[in-house]
Amino acid sequence: MSGKKEIFKRGALDVAPHMLSVVPFGVICGAIGIEMGFDPYLVYAMSIIIFGGASQIVFLQLISGGASSLIAVTSVGVINSRHLLYGAVLSEYLEKLSVLKKIIISYFIVDQGFAESNKYLKKNKTQKYGHYHILGTGITLWICWQASTILGIILGSFIPDELGLKFAVPLTFIAIIVNDLRKFDHLAVMLVCGLTSLLIYDAPFKSYIIISPLVALMFAHIILKLKR
Amino acid sequence: MTWLSVLIAGFVTYLSRMTMVTLIKREMLNNKIKEVLVYVPSAVFPAIIFPGVFLNDYGNFVEFSDPKIFGALIAIVVGFYSKNIIFTILSGLISYWVIIFLL
Repeated sequence: MSGKKEIFKRGALDVAPHMLSVVPFGVICGAIGIEMGFDPYLVYAMSIIIFGGASQIVFLQLISGGASSLIAVTSVGVINSRHLLYGAVLSEYLEKLSVLKKIIISYFIVDQGFAESNKYLKKNKTQKYGHYHILGTGITLWICWQASTILGIILGSFIPDELGLKFAVPLTFIAIIVNDLRKFDHLAVMLVCGLTSLLIYDAPFKSYIIISPLVALMFAHIILKLKR
Repeated sequence: MTWLSVLIAGFVTYLSRMTMVTLIKREMLNNKIKEVLVYVPSAVFPAIIFPGVFLNDYGNFVEFSDPKIFGALIAIVVGFYSKNIIFTILSGLISYWVIIFLL
């Protein structure tokens, strides 16, 4: 059984490749806020207070487009409700921890970190210090997110739109699930989710981001029933 | 006002991260639910991938010849065979840039 430090490091290393997309995304997030004319301190504070890239950008877009705060906050809530699913998956590995530890670790649950830590925890179910892996991925992502948002705020509009850095975001998620394409059931679930998201993309509050996963999970449930 | 909304949005986001972790007890997750939860990554991430590849900034479908679709296909092929995150992201970005800037 490895020690806390090693597992933390392992988490940091496992998530490190995703910096290729997290950094450009953070830079875009900072730059967009400034371009839209928001207070730099507000743009940066969002990275600490909300700490969720897609939702931060949507929030800024909605407010600058004249939407009410209620709508902006609701959208952030809907977009980030996918964390409920991550929490449900991770809870199995965190159940023995004290409430205080759970409260702290929760703050660091993010997409890429969840994906990598989930892989690790699945393989190391008996690992007593498995939660250090979540901290390793989460804190690494947190630091990079803060640094890259600041970079984006400073660089602002110097980054040419033509580079299309936003495209790094879908790519990082392709990298996360590409290995599961080997399994036919997973491939089917992915297609259901993806196609649903395109179909209902215009639904209010960006709710496609939680409705499509729920539809896909219902579909997974049906697959499991058929398999039996 | 905007500051207040950011604070509330942050609080809501934190709750989304915290509630399941703190509230779920082992007894509440039977095997059936656990079996479905295995699919969470496959059921969540395509909702970020598909719109990012097939839609433009205005939410309209891109053309079939769009460099994003080409880049995504290259990334999938490279990722499938290399099982390497860096190769996957870089191959997608580079093939995308090659089409945009060189062709």
